[in-house]
Amino acid sequence: MRQAVNVPARGPRVGRLGWSLISLLALVALWELAAVIAQSRYLPGPAAVFDVMMREARAGELWGNIAATLIRVAFSFVVAMFIGSAIGLALGRYKMADRFFDAWLIFFLNLPALVIIVLCYIWFGLTEVAAITAVAINKIPNVAVTMREGARSLSKDLNEMAHIYRFGWWKTLRHVTLPQLAPFFAAASRSGLALVWKIVLVVEAFGRSDGVGHQLNIAFQLFDVPMILSYALAFIVVVQVIELAILQPLIARANKWRR
Amino acid sequence: MASVTRPLSVRVDSKIFPAVGERAENLVLKNIKFQVEPGSFVIITGPSGGGKSTLLNIISGLDKDYTGTVDFGGTHDPRIAFVFQSPRLLPWRTVYENIALALPKGDPRIANIPEMLKRVGLTEAANAYPEMISLGMQRRVALARAFVLEPELLLMDEPFVSLDDPTAHDLRQLLVELWSARPTTVLFVTHDRPEAVMLGTRILRLSNGAATIAQDVPVRLSVADRADREKVRTEQRRIFGEA
Repeated sequence: MRQAVNVPARGPRVGRLGWSLISLLALVALWELAAVIAQSRYLPGPAAVFDVMMREARAGELWGNIAATLIRVAFSFVVAMFIGSAIGLALGRYKMADRFFDAWLIFFLNLPALVIIVLCYIWFGLTEVAAITAVAINKIPNVAVTMREGARSLSKDLNEMAHIYRFGWWKTLRHVTLPQLAPFFAAASRSGLALVWKIVLVVEAFGRSDGVGHQLNIAFQLFDVPMILSYALAFIVVVQVIELAILQPLIARANKWRR
Repeated sequence: MASVTRPLSVRVDSKIFPAVGERAENLVLKNIKFQVEPGSFVIITGPSGGGKSTLLNIISGLDKDYTGTVDFGGTHDPRIAFVFQSPRLLPWRTVYENIALALPKGDPRIANIPEMLKRVGLTEAANAYPEMISLGMQRRVALARAFVLEPELLLMDEPFVSLDDPTAHDLRQLLVELWSARPTTVLFVTHDRPEAVMLGTRILRLSNGAATIAQDVPVRLSVADRADREKVRTEQRRIFGEA
């Protein structure tokens, strides 16, 4: 953190990571306190949950289920980003298409996730394809709306420049259009990942026989709260690692030209 | 080096901006007709909002919605470079890349870029991104991008506005140097009268309102005269009258 150098030190110096750690530890302490006061099998303390997590991990259950869920997240994420971007760009570019399909977009944006999931399973059967389609359909309208904004904000000035200097379509796409869309794409992917993994769990609970969502459903039927919390926490950690290790470096790289 | 050997002839019978919302339609250019001899440096000047930029856009082919013709001599399709009012650089590409992108891939002129960067004083900044350098330097990049193309026709739309006087002066000097080293036909839009007289070999003045050509005069100054403030001022008075 370069800009931190000139900030006058007040009390002990802690970095951004340090603050995150302190804040999370406080949350765990609060949880422990609540568990001690409640003394209920429906609110286990951090240590009990950690034990269950370790046990599941050793049995291989935990990683197998997380992997199954991640694969579904990856597939539906890619499908949703691809189709959503294509629709968004087309709507941002062609006014007539935008006028016509705007109402459809609003309809799909407001269609509850649960309705889409149930209908996909009824129409296409309890299959992997139905599961991934359901998640993708939930996410596509959001991507389309964000990318439509991106397409609308494309610079006419730069396009004229590209025309004068005879860039041709490929050079224009690669050096003029896509870099302008990158921030919108990044925004859509970040909110996309957050939404997609939550919906994947619902889809798994309804109609799949593996994955984190499936395990949560079983734990729910047994009122097994330590199991529910251990799966939820393990998955949150995995998603955070993906965000920090993959998405954020990509975004930083795309932004290095900014002042 | 191919250059335009036949004069460029421009005829714009009318150019109308259609009505948008509350604004009525607007006739910006009317009965414009002129020829430009190869290698001349023609200034287009006139009141602001008077259609100067529109005229350049028509000649460049960016604006096709007008009645008239722009003729480069038969079917000839000249290399055109355009230096816009704002530099219009790609902020996510470096100075070097911005210049190289103006050339087709694998073009031999790419080898001239380091020399061009040196001439415009940007060797050090070759790997900088446009937002990290000053506006004056960005305009130098725009000049380098135009000249590295070795254009047959160079269009410039107030390329030195919103710069402080010394910077604008340096850039005009630089333009004269680049143009003398490799003369080409230039159409240069400006409303700055000293700039017009200092740079041009001929001045076209557009009239107010639906613009026609109000005045078409040669500038009678040698290259040496142009460095002399007094001679520039006298010539300016002769062309524009007392202002």
